[in-house]
Amino acid sequence: MSDSNRMSLVVFNGTVDKLYPVAIMASGAVMNDMRVDIFLTFWGLMAFKKGEPYKINQVSKDYEALGPEMMRVMQEKNVPSWYDTLLQAKELGDVHIYACAMTADLFNMDIDDLEPVIEDIIGVGEFIDMAQKAGTTMFI
Amino acid sequence: MDMEITKEIDARGSFCPGPMMELIRVIRSATVGDVIAVLSTDQGSKKDIPKWVEKAKQEFVGVETCDGYDRIVVKKIK
Repeated sequence: MSDSNRMSLVVFNGTVDKLYPVAIMASGAVMNDMRVDIFLTFWGLMAFKKGEPYKINQVSKDYEALGPEMMRVMQEKNVPSWYDTLLQAKELGDVHIYACAMTADLFNMDIDDLEPVIEDIIGVGEFIDMAQKAGTTMFI
Repeated sequence: MDMEITKEIDARGSFCPGPMMELIRVIRSATVGDVIAVLSTDQGSKKDIPKWVEKAKQEFVGVETCDGYDRIVVKKIK
């Protein structure tokens, strides 16, 4: 049975223009008192290697030409980083972040190689079980 | 809105979801009866905050449009 008070996010992309919506959607779910399960896979997990989140400044290839201008405007307007926005959501709400086991194995990553915000390395079966219980699932 | 304000959150210049998240943080640590005013330039706040207040079963006191920003007042009742 799916629960409308749960949301799950599959984070496949590791560019800043995709990581912002992850952080903002998670914040929206926290405002609505929802539990959020975030599954980081492939490039999405690469963004959470230790020390990596604050370094990311690339945008998707499709919008590459607009990237520097977007980053400039965000800096000028003092928009908090996507990572700080996500950390705030986790601090205030029921947000859980997991690493994809397949990606971790493929790139020889251990939990210690990842940002401490990641709770665990889990397989797709376990994540899909969470997604099955969530009323909303997004792939970003 | 003559109610005495316990705490004012100046979130002007902060973007969505900033003002709302700041309010949630403050409401949690506030005591029942506290009245909190949020100053926001974010266009979503004046709609988002009353919706949240209703859902969170707190009390919406009112919204006032000031010079270039909104002042949204909420009372913690539980």
